[in-house]
Amino acid sequence: MSDIVRLSIDGQDVEVPTGASVAAAIAHVGLHFRSSVSGAPRAPLCGMGVCFECRVRIDGVMHVRACMTVACEGMQVHCHD
Amino acid sequence: MTERYDVLIVGAGPAGLAAAQTAASRGARVGLIDAQARAGGQVWRHDVRRTAPRAAREAIAALRSVELLTNHQVVAAEPSALRVETQQGSSLLSYTSLILATGARELLLPFPGWTLPGVTGAGGMQALVKQGWPIAGKRVVIAGSGPLLLAAAATLRAHGARLQGIYEQAPVARVHAFARQLLRWPARATQAVALRAQLAGVPYRFGTFVRSAHGEAALRTVDIEGPHGTTRLDCDLLAVGYGLVPNVELAQLLGCATVQRSAHPQVQVDPSLRTSVAGIYAAGEANGIGGLAVARLEGAIAGHMAVGDTAAANLLLPRRDKARGFAELLATHFSLDPRLHQLADAQTLICRCEDVTLGELDGFSDARAAKLATRCGMGACQGRICGTVLAELGRFSRSGSRPPLFPARLATLAGAATFPLPTISTEVADHE
Ligand SMILES: Cc1cc2nc3c(=O)[nH]c(=O)nc-3n(C[C@H](O)[C@H](O)[C@H](O)COP(=O)(O)OP(=O)(O)OC[C@H]3O[C@@H](n4cnc5c(N)ncnc54)[C@H](O)[C@@H]3O)c2cc1C
Ligand code: FES
Repeated sequence: MSDIVRLSIDGQDVEVPTGASVAAAIAHVGLHFRSSVSGAPRAPLCGMGVCFECRVRIDGVMHVRACMTVACEGMQVHCHD
Repeated sequence: MTERYDVLIVGAGPAGLAAAQTAASRGARVGLIDAQARAGGQVWRHDVRRTAPRAAREAIAALRSVELLTNHQVVAAEPSALRVETQQGSSLLSYTSLILATGARELLLPFPGWTLPGVTGAGGMQALVKQGWPIAGKRVVIAGSGPLLLAAAATLRAHGARLQGIYEQAPVARVHAFARQLLRWPARATQAVALRAQLAGVPYRFGTFVRSAHGEAALRTVDIEGPHGTTRLDCDLLAVGYGLVPNVELAQLLGCATVQRSAHPQVQVDPSLRTSVAGIYAAGEANGIGGLAVARLEGAIAGHMAVGDTAAANLLLPRRDKARGFAELLATHFSLDPRLHQLADAQTLICRCEDVTLGELDGFSDARAAKLATRCGMGACQGRICGTVLAELGRFSRSGSRPPLFPARLATLAGAATFPLPTISTEVADHE
């Protein structure tokens, strides 16, 4: 097993340690995870699956909590949509 | 598809791990469920760059004959069974005995700027960093209350954060009184001394709190209020948490009674950890904040009870009671300064899912009316953040739990075993 995983965050390639969360991978690129109902940028708050502020689109699936998802090789992640 | 277990346990933190090991050692078929990708719970959360403490490694290694069901989120309860959702599908897990070891979450309080990217919980930042969040070289302010601030600070520093200071709201006299009492728990005292040593050189201030956070697209500065006035600090991240709140949503859904010792409910249990529902036990932080030692002891007690060995459970009760004494100490010495309840102003968002301000909630005295009029609490977190805030601020208590416990896919709620991917998985049936 490689100790590095490569995935794409809004089209940008990111490398993170194996076992890292998608939230960690996104933080390498920026802190705009989702847009609130009034359009403000939001990012993780609780880090443990409770607040849903880290919701993003992962491999086409909407509203996935980035802090609860382990980054996998080749994942396509899209923020604030 | 239904799987049957003699003992089913929700939560693979220290409490659930101890319960699983105990019940399995008596020959029971045990299932251990956790929504996270790895076992360990909060304190033993897997760190992708550092090795786990020995106690954690041993507790997880001891699971040989336990079915560990990680990435399993409990979303609904049926008679003597739980419906769980995974990335692939959903299933029904039935049980003879059920142990709730659902732990706690952080108490997060609103202040102007708390919705800015870069503002997180204190334990929350620790959790993110353990899972690979880039923190090296970042300027971090730590604030809030309780010993968790030191634990979080130590983790962040070990990963290369530049700690700008730890701002504890409790006044210095109370923290010193706490430190003196700590001598009655030698293991705790040793832990505290070790933590302080790891944090040498980091300012640790008392009677201080974050009044507001500022920035455009992300956090830039925070205003810290202390005995000598307000100071503005530049930082990249603010990790702020005011203690812990038991996770009781699943217990409530199952009809288990809760009790209230503070603004927040905890699961009601008898001394042997029976809940008000026959066959359901609860252990660890869900029964009231008690820390690691309590969680491990209560897990073992619940494990014995679940396989019918009351005598073995009774032997552990005195140690558990002593460990629970430590929790009382925490609650009295780190009680919150009433000024913290006044930080949010009329424009401060309370419901982060639906962007409802505190001002919009004026005049409502119950959660249901507020929800109908403002959508407060109707978003994806189902009121876990805003409902807890409003209870803490003394506005109104949270309404009880309703299924689904977490936003679930429609196929899960319909009871389908596998999702007809890819189309259905984009549907999210939450309260929106
Ligand atoms: C963010 C955070 C960080 C902390 N860090 C420390 C620390 O560094 N040191 C320390 O001494 N204490 C820490 N604590 C305190 C901690 O609560 C206890 O020390 C200890 O982890 C409690 O053990 P537990 O088994 O009762 O619960 P937890 O460890 O909280 O475990 C509960 C588990 O239940 C799972 N769960 C809950 N509901 C569901 C559901 N519906 N479906 C599936 N799974 C579910 C959760 O994913 C979690 O893994 C922290 C607490 C928090 C909230
Ligand atoms: S950060 Fe709160 S759910 Fe992911």
